[in-house]
Formats: sequence, C-alpha cells, structure tokens
Amino acid sequence: MIPAAFEYYRPKDMTGVLSLLGEHGDNARVIAGGHSLIPMMKLRMADVPHLIDLQGVGGLDDIELSANSIRIGAMVTQHDIIDHNGLASAAPILREAALQIADPQVRYMGTVGGNVANGDPGNDMPGLMQCLDATFTVVGLDGERDIPARQFYEAAYMTAREDEEVLTSITMLIPAGGYAYEKQKRKIGDYATAAAAVLLTKEGNTCKSASIAMTNLSDIPVYSEEAGAALVGSSLDDTAIKAAVTAVLGDIDPSEDNRGPVAFKKHLAGVILRRAIERAWSRA
Amino acid sequence: MKDEVESREDRVAGLKGMGCSRKRVEDARFTQGKGNYVDDLKLDGMLFGDFVRSPYAHARIVNIDTEAALKVPGVLAVLTAKDLEPLGLHWMPTLAGDKQMVLADGKVLFQGQEVAYVVVQDRYAAADGIEAVEVDYEELPVLVNPFEALKSDVVLREDLLAEDGSIPDGAHGPRKHHNHIFTWEAGDKDPTLEVIDNADVVAEETMYYHRTHPCPLETCGCVASMDKVNGKLTLWGTFQAPHAIRTVVSLISGIEEHNIRVISPDIGGGFGNKVGAYPGYVCSVVASIVTGKPVKWIEDRMDNLMTTAFARDYHMTGRIAATKEGKITGVHCSVTADHGGFDACADPTKFPAGFMNICTGSYDIPTAYLEVDGVYTNKAPGGVSYRCSFRVTEAVYFIERMIEVLAIKLNMDAAELRRINFIKKEQFPYQAALGWEYDSGDYHTAWDKALKAVDYDGLRAEQAQRVEDFKAGKTRKLMGIGLTFFTEIVGAGPVKNCDILGLGMFDSCEIRIHPTGSAIARLGTISQGQGHATTFAQILASEIGLPADSITIEEGDTDTAPYGLGTYGSRSTPVAGAATAMAGRKIRAKAQMIAAYLLEVHDDDVEFDVDRFAVKGAPEKFKTMNEIAFAAYNQAIPGIEPGLEAVSYYDPPNMTYPFGAYVCVMDIDVDTGVPVIRRFYALDDCGTRINPMIIEGQVHGGLTEALAVALGQEIAYDDMGNVKTGTLMDFFLPTAWEVPNYETDHTVTPSPHHPIGAKGVGESPHVGGVPCFSNAVQDAFRPFGNTHTNMPHDHWRIWKTANELGLHG
Amino acid sequence: MSKKQHYKITVNGKEEEFLAEPRELLIHTLRERLKITGPHIGCETSHCGACTVTVNGKSVKSCTVFVAQADGTEITTIEGIGSPDALHPLQEAFKEHHGLQCGFCTPGMIIRASKLLEEIPNPSEEEIRFGMAGNICRCTGYQNIVKSIQAAAAEMNSAKEAAE
Repeated sequence: MIPAAFEYYRPKDMTGVLSLLGEHGDNARVIAGGHSLIPMMKLRMADVPHLIDLQGVGGLDDIELSANSIRIGAMVTQHDIIDHNGLASAAPILREAALQIADPQVRYMGTVGGNVANGDPGNDMPGLMQCLDATFTVVGLDGERDIPARQFYEAAYMTAREDEEVLTSITMLIPAGGYAYEKQKRKIGDYATAAAAVLLTKEGNTCKSASIAMTNLSDIPVYSEEAGAALVGSSLDDTAIKAAVTAVLGDIDPSEDNRGPVAFKKHLAGVILRRAIERAWSRA
Repeated sequence: MKDEVESREDRVAGLKGMGCSRKRVEDARFTQGKGNYVDDLKLDGMLFGDFVRSPYAHARIVNIDTEAALKVPGVLAVLTAKDLEPLGLHWMPTLAGDKQMVLADGKVLFQGQEVAYVVVQDRYAAADGIEAVEVDYEELPVLVNPFEALKSDVVLREDLLAEDGSIPDGAHGPRKHHNHIFTWEAGDKDPTLEVIDNADVVAEETMYYHRTHPCPLETCGCVASMDKVNGKLTLWGTFQAPHAIRTVVSLISGIEEHNIRVISPDIGGGFGNKVGAYPGYVCSVVASIVTGKPVKWIEDRMDNLMTTAFARDYHMTGRIAATKEGKITGVHCSVTADHGGFDACADPTKFPAGFMNICTGSYDIPTAYLEVDGVYTNKAPGGVSYRCSFRVTEAVYFIERMIEVLAIKLNMDAAELRRINFIKKEQFPYQAALGWEYDSGDYHTAWDKALKAVDYDGLRAEQAQRVEDFKAGKTRKLMGIGLTFFTEIVGAGPVKNCDILGLGMFDSCEIRIHPTGSAIARLGTISQGQGHATTFAQILASEIGLPADSITIEEGDTDTAPYGLGTYGSRSTPVAGAATAMAGRKIRAKAQMIAAYLLEVHDDDVEFDVDRFAVKGAPEKFKTMNEIAFAAYNQAIPGIEPGLEAVSYYDPPNMTYPFGAYVCVMDIDVDTGVPVIRRFYALDDCGTRINPMIIEGQVHGGLTEALAVALGQEIAYDDMGNVKTGTLMDFFLPTAWEVPNYETDHTVTPSPHHPIGAKGVGESPHVGGVPCFSNAVQDAFRPFGNTHTNMPHDHWRIWKTANELGLHG
Repeated sequence: MSKKQHYKITVNGKEEEFLAEPRELLIHTLRERLKITGPHIGCETSHCGACTVTVNGKSVKSCTVFVAQADGTEITTIEGIGSPDALHPLQEAFKEHHGLQCGFCTPGMIIRASKLLEEIPNPSEEEIRFGMAGNICRCTGYQNIVKSIQAAAAEMNSAKEAAE
C-alpha cells in the first residue's frame, strides 16, 4: 500500500498555504494529522498531486478559553483535547467524545480540524460540533468567513468549505447543563455503528434546552432540531424521549455496511439516543 | 565438590527441564527489536516483486498490456502466464492434489487473483508499475454460493473437463458436477440412517461455519536468491513447513533438491496461513533465476486477507439421535465445503476434509456417518487449519452445537447431557464410529472439575432469575452460559495414513553434544511464536541431564535441520517432541556405556539419575553427563566410537487426543446486540505439561482468536465476489480492550503412546473456544426459543436474533 | 516518482540526513533506509500498531506518516530504549511475564507502553487495556502483556522512589 507520488509543501504561514491552494486548485489538499487522508492515498482511493502540510503554520494549535466561549485551533489533536483540563471542565463532552475516537496513537496525530473538515460521515467531531452549535472559521484568499457547523455539511466529503479555503478554527459557547456522547462501535479503532451527542439543561424537573446530533447514520452528520424540541418543556418522561427518538429516526438515513443493515442501525440509533439523553439528563 | 552438596531436588531444578515454567530464550532478541523476520532481510542488489491482481471474481482476460508499466522508472520486467508457460510454471500443484494458476492463464477465478508479476527496484516502483499495467477483462457470471455452484451451468474450471465435455475423476475420486471437487465419506451410512429413523428423539440443525482467515500479524513473504555461479537457490520465507517447500520447489522447478536451501527465519505468527505454497514464492524464484538477483515478495494486508489461505467455510447439516433419557445413539453429518477457485486445502492427502471425522466429539456414539462435498466457487483458494488440526475446529463446533440442540429438544441440561454421553475413562483406547482410536482421556473428571470451579448450578440459578427479571422488565440484559467439552486430534501423523503430497508426516530431531557438556539440537519443525527453542530444550534437559540453558535449539534451515514436515496442526510436540525425546534417549544409551566404562562396572550396573549415571546401590560413585560428554570425545574407549550424537525420525503410532472443558459466562445487551464476557474458565488436558507458563500463554492466545472468530471475524463476499472485509477496519482482530482475562486450569492424562506423554496444546483453546463463545450467545436466547443462529455473533446478528425472537417489543 | 528532497531526522539520538521522495512512508525510512527493523509492518492502515515509534514525544503509527511530515523530528524506536546490558524495565518485564510469543508486535507494543507509563506511571488494568488498544497482538490474548506492563510500572516506580 503505497501512494502515488506527490509534491509536498510545508508553508510557514497561511498566506503560503492559500497561494498554493490558489495555484493548484482541486489538485491540492491540505494535510493536518493525515490519519484520514493518508490511508486513502495509500489505497490509491485519493489522488493528491500536491500535498500542503499545515504543521509549519503557526497559531493553529491553540485552545483558548474565555469566560463564555471556547476557540479550538484546527491543528489541535484529539489527544490535546483529552489532555486539556480546562477544556474538560468547561466542555466535558469534548473529552468524552475524543476518547471514543480511534486509538491512542491515532489521537496523537488526528486533529479536530481534519476531523470536522474532511466531511467523512464516520467522523465523530462533526456531529458533536453540530450539537454544540459550533462555528467553523475558514480562510481563503478573500479573507475569513464563519460557517455554522450545522450548515457546513452537504454530502459525504462535500462541505461548505471551498477547495481554496482552509478551516482554521472552531469556536463555540461554553455549553451549560448535562451532556453525553454515546457511541457504539465494533471495536477500538472503528467508526460508529451509531453515535449520539446530547446537551440538555434543566430547570427544576423541566428540560429547558436540548441539542441533539447523530453520527454515521446518514452521509452527513444529523442535527435534529425537532428531536431537541420534543424534549424542551418536558420532564423527560418516556413520551418525550419517544418523540425525540421518532424525530431523529425521521432525520437519519443510514445505509447498510459491515456494521449491519438499515433496520438494525435505525433501531440502534434510537437506543443510543435514549441512553445519551438519559445520561445527559442525569448530569444536567 | 558442588555436586556432593547439591540435593537431588536442586539438581532437577538446575536443569530447567520438563514441567518448569522456564523463561523463553527467544525473548531477548524480540524485546530488543532484533528479531529476524523475512522482511528484515536485505541483500545486495535485491529486487522486489509484486502482483497485479484481479478486481473481478470471475472474468476472462482479453489482453494484458505491459508497455506503459515497463516505462515506469524502476520497473524491470512484468511477468505474465505467457512468460511462465515455457517453464511449465504458469500452474502449480496444490497441497490437495489440484492445480492452481500461478498467474492468470486466460481467466481469473477470484478477486485478488494474481494476474501479472512486476519485478522492480523498490517497493515504490512496484506500486507505480502495478498501476500502469493495463488488463482488459471480460466479466463472467460469478458464483459465490456453493449450493448454487453445484446447480449452475457456469463452468469455473474448464481445465478440469475432458475434451468431450465429460467430467473426469478428481484427486479424490468421482466428481458429480463440473463445479464439484470430491465427495468424502466416513462411517456407516445405512446403519446410521436406520438408527436415526427409529430413534426416540432426533434433533436436526443446519449451520454455517463462516469463512475466516488466520491473519497472522506478519503477512506471507519470501526472498528468492539464485546464485548462478554455484547453481544454488536459497529461499527465505514465512514457511511453516520449510522442508516440504524445498521438496515442492524442487519438484516444480526441476532444480535438484540438494541445490535448494530453504530457510524460515523468525515467523511473525502463522496459525495455518503459512503452510501452503503461493504464487508469490514461484514468481520470486523465477524472477531471481531470470535476473540473477535476489527478489523479495511481501504481501500487503489486503493481499493476505483476500488471497492466501482462508479457513472454514463449511455448510453443515446434522442429525443426532438419542433415547428419551438422552443417550445418543447416532449422528449424521453432511457438509458442503466451499473451497474457492482452486482446491488448495492443506490436509493430509487421504483426508480431503481433514479430520472432520472427529465430529463424534467426546461422546460414546455407536453409529455415525459423515459425508463431505467439496465445491468450487469464485472465492480465494485455501481451506487451511486456522489454529487447528485439519478441520477439527469445524468438527468440534458441529458436535458441540448438536449437543446443545439435542439438549433443547430433550429439554435437558446441556452439561448433564454431555456427562451421560462422555466416553468413559475405562473405555480408552476408544474406537470411535468414524474410525479414530482415541488414545486416552478422563472426561468426567475434567468436566466435574470445571463445573465445580464455576459453580455451574449457581450460574444456572442466576440465569433463571435473570430471565424472570427480563420478563418483568427489570433488565434488558440476558445471561448466557457457554459450555464446551472438546476432544482434539493432533500430531499428524502416522505415515501409514498421513502424508501431504506423498510426504510422510513423521518428524525429526538431531542432537550433537559438545565436549564441554552443552549441546545443539535441530528439528524439522519451525516455531512461529510457540517457543520451541525454550521447550524442546526442556524435553532434552530432562532426557539427557544437561541444563536446558546449555542446549541450543535450531529450526528452519533445510541445509542443517533434519527432514521434517513442519509446524501446524499442533504436531510439533506430539511428533517432533517425541523425536526429541527419542534422540535424547539414544544419547543417554551411549552415555550409559561410556559411564559404565569410566566407572569400571558393567553397563547394567549404572543407572541414570537426573544429570548423571551412578552405580546402582552406590550413588556416591557417578559420572556426570558433563564428564561423560568430555570422555565421549576425548577418551579412547574400546568398542565405542568417539562422539556423542543422535538423530531420530519419529513416526507416531497414533494421533494424540488433547481435551478440555470450557465455560463462558456472557451478558448480552438485547437492545444493542453487544456481548460482554464476564468470565471464561478453560480447563485443558494436554497430557504431560512441558512448560506451564507457555501452555497458559497458548491458551490465552487461542481463546482470543476463538473470541474473534465467534464474535465477528469473517471474510465476507458480496454477490459479485468482492471481498467486503479486506482491511483491519472490517476484519475483526480484537484489541486489549475487547478481550477479557481468562482463568486457566488443567488435568493431566498423559498420552500412553507418546514417549513423554505430551499431547500438544496450541490449538485446543481455539478449537474449544469457538463453540464455547458461540454457545454462550445462543444459550442466552434459549429460554426464548432460540435453537441455533450462525456465527459470527457480531452486534447486528445478535440484535437480529433478539429481534426475531420478539424481544424488542 | 516525484523529485527527491533533502530530509533530516534524529533517530535514537543519531542524526540522519538523506534524499527521499516525500511520499516515502516513515516506516520504510526506518526499515529500508536506516536498517532499523524493530518496528514492523502489520496492517498498513493504522490499525495494528506494529509500526509504532515515538515521534517528538508522541506514540505514532509510522505506516501513516510521510517522511516529509517527519522532517526535523526526533524519533525513538524499540532500538533506542534499552541496550543488551541495560534493558528497559518493560523489556525485562515482557520477558519475565511471557508478554510475547511470535515477537512481531512486541517492538511496537513496548515502545507504546513506554509512552503510556510516562503519561500514567501507575496505570490500572483498565487504563493499560485502553492505552494499549492501538496495538494488536495475535498471539498472547493480551493478558500477559497487561501483566508485563503492570510489573514494569511497579519496577519503575520503586526505582524512582529509591532514587528520590
């Protein structure tokens, strides 16, 4: 398993990256940790004549916490997320999810930016970021623009980012309330058979807000506004949870693969979602 | 002197002989990254070879255009079947008496089949060169189901038809259809059918033991180096049977066997994957002969999973008859075996379905009949024994499932059903209905010990409560208790009925004692992780009285090792281990004469005592083996040749029959299909125990491979013959996270015919483990009407079982 | 083929400079170019961990890193953590507790464990199993690997205490 030859660049700043992207268009790809892209290149399923490594570009690997918001640079790794105690107390769902991604070695290399940017429906961070209502900042030759995570994904490997743009950071408000990232996979290193990200707040015994997103159950991550709405105002009784599950089942569109047929995945999506809701509620 | 103060106990301990958990001598190099695996080998001017492989499962090859590839920098040559044909090497014989294309000769029969061989300067040029070879394929109808293949007009193997279109006999007798390979029968058909027709109770079940793969962490590979000056070919490779490879290479290449040296360096796991001969070996040899340079071929993981040596793929139907009280009266097993595009099963010649006829298991079943039909399909060839002895895994799975199905039919406890049908201790040696003579066993003792260890009655009570709780809506988890009692048949085997390609399945050991009391022993086997360098030295230490630490064990070089058939089917200890003991005894016999001479007494007046010969009745008068070794070389002894060496070629009188009792406790999440192994208890009886530490390690490893096979590992194909599980993303190899801790236990029932009573253990945990894990899953659903579901029990299939039983509301 | 570039990496304390295609995989740089054959190739898709080495203090699967990405890094392989006369406690423990059989996964396993013990000096069994889950072993069933790592941790901790 050896990739086709390519030209390699390690620009020292974003201007250099953007000018290379401008020059080579869709013949170029940026690489962060490379743990999604390199296997595809080795299997010769991705042809990348020009490979632009972001590791020389400064300022992309910071985690910044303010009183009410979080900014994560695109080159922050899953390991960095797990290792960052401030982040773990501000938004523990990030660590909970990151621990369920791949394996230790891959988490050292795999970046949050790469995970959200490449549009692989198997990746965990896109659904998580939709749940968190995060915003992705991308930069192009015309400058920066912000794209809400919930509007970023168009189809498998197709996103709102233009070929000439680079995703540089992810920002979000510090989430309040209870959380859960629930994932079922066949083994360590596998993508989700089904996964659910849930954030809930409660007032007394009433759900005040709810955010729900699902992973690997469609060709894009699925943020289900309706599912969240089904919970708000309820005491998370069985009827409310059933309504949320029904809403999610209406939004997802899983396909059969080695993890199982559609019927199983739909059923599992409901089970996983219910568990995530219950866990988040217990933490709210 | 030290010897005088040392107690006998200390002297025994100092030898680190049999029964001691000696630390492994192999580990120093492996822990320091200094193993020497085939891909570590770098030779001057070494070239690489790699294959253009078919993307189609069944296609005619219209044209192969190599022009563009030859222009790729670093590409030296592209070999196709046309280039090999003048040498007669475009096809090669398989271990099963069939022949297999080395490179596609007009058509391809499975996805990943070798189409052309690119000879290049480095791996990178190989990958580029392969991309540049243009092959025109004309797709043909694909047969991936053996039952359909037996009805289809599509001929997979035109080469096996006579000119008039008739179907000549195959290597194993008449063929019923152009996609049929053989029918193999054992036992008595009519009496068995009669017993079944007249039985009180008959349980029937159809089961599919899915296709999987041994998948050692190191893939297959070789380096061929033809020395044109001296006319010598050296072939390093991942060979579980180096001598057999030498003979096969000689037979198909015409190079005289003395001019071929086959070397198996360190091997990164085999599990059956590295028994066969593959096109990569042949092409590398040819490329080295053509170029005069060493040529290396190393599979990548996809090549490995898709092409070399699948295992299992048995469709089995069973009927088991019993009295109302549960005494089994007969069993009928009918198998349709999917062998893929070529019959390349690695079985002894007279056993085209391996030792499937051990499928009466550990039970006293008076009448039995087995029929196996081998079938060609558009899948990869293979059919190797994946950590088992020639289809024993299939046989044990069959009978241990049939026992469970019968227990359900009888509404009996499955542990009790086993107990009342076990072959009794006093019945050994036991003549089984399908032809084998079980050498020894004490099944009741082992079974009782196992059930007591896990508090079997307590587990059943807990399970009953769990079912109540489940029905009452208090839990969504079911509990399964998996039981298995297995008897293996290993140590192939007696030359009178065991050979591969005509090569008798004896094995060998040659020992040289050095004058200063150390030694080297060479064997016809080859370790792939079993620790032979450690354990064979222990056997010798006990036999010849020299410390194991002073004995070097060497394997895998055909120029130095005596001829042997290699390591697979748990045959090393039963066959080569016996040869080692016997060679040791020859050393000891000569040492006795030398000692008697030195002590100035008659030969019969000295006796062996741990590390010395002493005068009978006068233990203070003795000669140590060290002293004897020195004298053997350096003292002129009348009537005795100088030197102290021996060789033994051991043809075992019978197989050995290790057995064991396993219990698995599993909790199953009905809603997600996720199983959690709460407890696994494994009692193994492998006869005399050479190194308990290594035995335990073998059991842990074998159980983990069993867990993988039972719970998710498969080579799956779609209808077009595409492999769906070609990387480790989808081919299930569990990590430390998915694997439980195991409890190990043992009884000791020595083999009566083996020189040291040892039976072999490496494969037992796999053979017994697979049905045990599977039975645990199935047992969890038994209270809800489940009788049988097929493996692998991955999440969605477990969920499906629950779903079909109506457990999702 | 693309043009060869000049690269410099430090492996086990030794600086290495060479020309290579950027697509060269780090595992091949180590094994083929530098003849450091301890790290092995098992799966090639970053699942098995046989090729694990430490790159700039991180456990990395070197089959999924291009040499161009590794330019300028410091790398430690199994060959760099002990010597025949002074084995690393993990090397000793794997020998002592039968933590290996065929040995093919062992270099990756030990180098990964060395990093794990840096991060978690006294890991629980669960932490070991989770922290080692990027390395596949086909022979041992992991039980003795876990035992070996626990033993090495105990040994390293008591050595550290004695030194303090």
